[in-house]
Amino acid sequence: MVLKIFYPQCCNLANSGLLIGSWIQGHNSAVVLAVVHYPFIPGQVKRYIQQVSTASGVKLSVLGSWSLPSEAEKGVENFLRDLRTIFPQDRWLQISRKMGQTGFNCSILDRSQGTILFVHYDQRNVMLSQLHPIQTEELDPSDSELRQVFQIVSLSQPLFLLDRYDDGPLKSTHWQSGGQEASIIVELLKMASVPLCLTISCLLHLLPLNFLCSKLSTCVQLSYRSDHLRALSSPKTAVGHSEFMRKANVLVSILVDMALGFLLMYWLYSDNHISMLANALVPAADHVAKELEELLQWLMGAPAGLKMNRALDEVLGRFFLYHIHLWISYIHLMSPFVETILWYGGLSAGLGLSFALALLSDMVALLTFHIYCFYVYGARLYCLKIYGLSSLWRLFRGKKWNVLRQRVDSCSYDLDQLFIGTLLFTILLFLFPTTALYYLVFTLLRLLVVVLQGILHLTVDLINSLPLFAVALRLTRFYRLAEGVKFSVLCDEPDTPLHLLMEINPLSCASVIKTYRTPTYSCYPKDSWTNLVKKLFVGELIYPWKHKTIKTD
Amino acid sequence: MEGESFTDINGTPIFLDCQSHSTFCREFTVTSPKVPVTKVIVFTCSIWLLAYAVFLFTEDTVVLTSAILITLVSMMLYVHLVKVEQETLFIIGSLGVQMSSSYASGRETTTFIELNKIKDIVINEAIYMHQIIYYLCVLLKDPSDPDAVSSVVPLFQSSKPRLNCLMKVYRSCQEILSKCP
Repeated sequence: MVLKIFYPQCCNLANSGLLIGSWIQGHNSAVVLAVVHYPFIPGQVKRYIQQVSTASGVKLSVLGSWSLPSEAEKGVENFLRDLRTIFPQDRWLQISRKMGQTGFNCSILDRSQGTILFVHYDQRNVMLSQLHPIQTEELDPSDSELRQVFQIVSLSQPLFLLDRYDDGPLKSTHWQSGGQEASIIVELLKMASVPLCLTISCLLHLLPLNFLCSKLSTCVQLSYRSDHLRALSSPKTAVGHSEFMRKANVLVSILVDMALGFLLMYWLYSDNHISMLANALVPAADHVAKELEELLQWLMGAPAGLKMNRALDEVLGRFFLYHIHLWISYIHLMSPFVETILWYGGLSAGLGLSFALALLSDMVALLTFHIYCFYVYGARLYCLKIYGLSSLWRLFRGKKWNVLRQRVDSCSYDLDQLFIGTLLFTILLFLFPTTALYYLVFTLLRLLVVVLQGILHLTVDLINSLPLFAVALRLTRFYRLAEGVKFSVLCDEPDTPLHLLMEINPLSCASVIKTYRTPTYSCYPKDSWTNLVKKLFVGELIYPWKHKTIKTD
Repeated sequence: MEGESFTDINGTPIFLDCQSHSTFCREFTVTSPKVPVTKVIVFTCSIWLLAYAVFLFTEDTVVLTSAILITLVSMMLYVHLVKVEQETLFIIGSLGVQMSSSYASGRETTTFIELNKIKDIVINEAIYMHQIIYYLCVLLKDPSDPDAVSSVVPLFQSSKPRLNCLMKVYRSCQEILSKCP
């Protein structure tokens, strides 16, 4: 059997003393946490270990003795052996360093001589790191060994509180912080955060945000952010790593969002950019309307050399032209107020860039309302024709749709029915290309708008869900989020046990984002691509996204 | 690094270096040869000549600039993401197996699998393009059912040594695994 000893790097040069640590249940290995130096009073050591054990919840014990070469004198052998009788243990490790050797020697008393493997670890990094995938369950003896090592080291933080300036009866070596540090600003912020959280949560309870309509993306964003704030300002402190990370991510994302929003506001309100935008907007809308008019004129002629049904073409074209005329007059009516609307809308950027983008998406939807209307008319007409054609095609073949059984049955029609049906079928069939053409053109226009809105939505979603805190943590403190460990050979000398160095393998950035993404009411397209094409072909109305909150009947 | 010379499945020479740190801890390093200079020159020249041919027709310097940028970026990406120079299998009895590969740019990726998750290390056959190749792989235990295999982790994925090289690694791995139940 190989006995594994996890040894902290900071204790390599510690003065001689007792090894304090813990045996790992279910595995043949031990974690050394600290070295208590000579001289000590055994009773005090026992009491101290008892105290730390109850505080940390880890079963600590004296593992053995540690001696440096300077004290390797005669009589020490016996002394070390006698120590064992003071601290009775099943297994007793005697680790010692010899002159001229980098490696340690170790002997186990009262056991058949097995091989020994030293694994050196950096106590601070292991203490602070979180092994992924995160497990919230309690320690399990059959659990993986490394996970237990990480848990034991991170739980035994009370042991590391004793530092070298403390004037107690015990002196020990382990990882030490450079002394407790505090900042007045941080403390003041902590004090201030409690009433701030309370007021925010009170305000959120007062605001009737629940019944805000879910059609406007600004409202959706508002309710989403209010949920975030509610989670942030809850009076309970975060329990566990994942909840803490979630809160921190949300906080950082709100702060970054607001900072970007203020940058946008700064740009908008300096140098009169608002009025420039407003002045550009009305001509742009005019231009779009004019282009549409030209397109309609083209469709009313012989588009791409196709010969359309003249009468229907004229009717449809005039109808749409009238619509555009209405739209242009509406825009001109609105034009004096556009600047004011933009000015007040720009203020929403103060709440965050995501709000400004959501508002922009809403404005795009409002400004392209005519395109949406055209699309709906075209789609309805097209849909009507498709359904008419399909049912008349069934009549043509002497079949009909049975609604009760949801299937196609055969049916014997009268001669009159057949005659009228065939007539209608012919008329519909010959009128079909004209409608289909209008439908096609307006669907393409609608798709353009949908793609634009989709991009805006994706951006907002990205801002909402990107775990910026976790990414920053990964970049600056790589050991905090560990994917696993990596080993390398530290020292391989004859007649000393093998020494390995255990380092932390940081989580890759992609998996950081995957693990810590804030869940959103994400506006993903519900339809698959084939489903979408099918819907387009049949003439059903398509919407770019469905919110989860929309009820379906 | 001195090591035994083997060939990979395409016949290019590779070097296997076995280091035994202790009776229960061994390290196998497979080193692939560096990118030959002729390959780099041919690649660069062909892109630049093509760009120059296009330039003669269009007389637009953007073509030349973009050709240079494309060559540089693709070389960097190749060195950083594709070309693996060394693959190491580090097996520590009673602790686990560590696989690391170092890219030509110096980037290193490491994965460590604990021993209690490992069922066995075996040599497997696979159909690769138009040939059948052998590869060494680690079988992982299914946590719910200790007899079943949940997934297979292939070793030496980019260097793809031939069977004689794999056998050597396999024998020493089994030696260590059999010692540590």
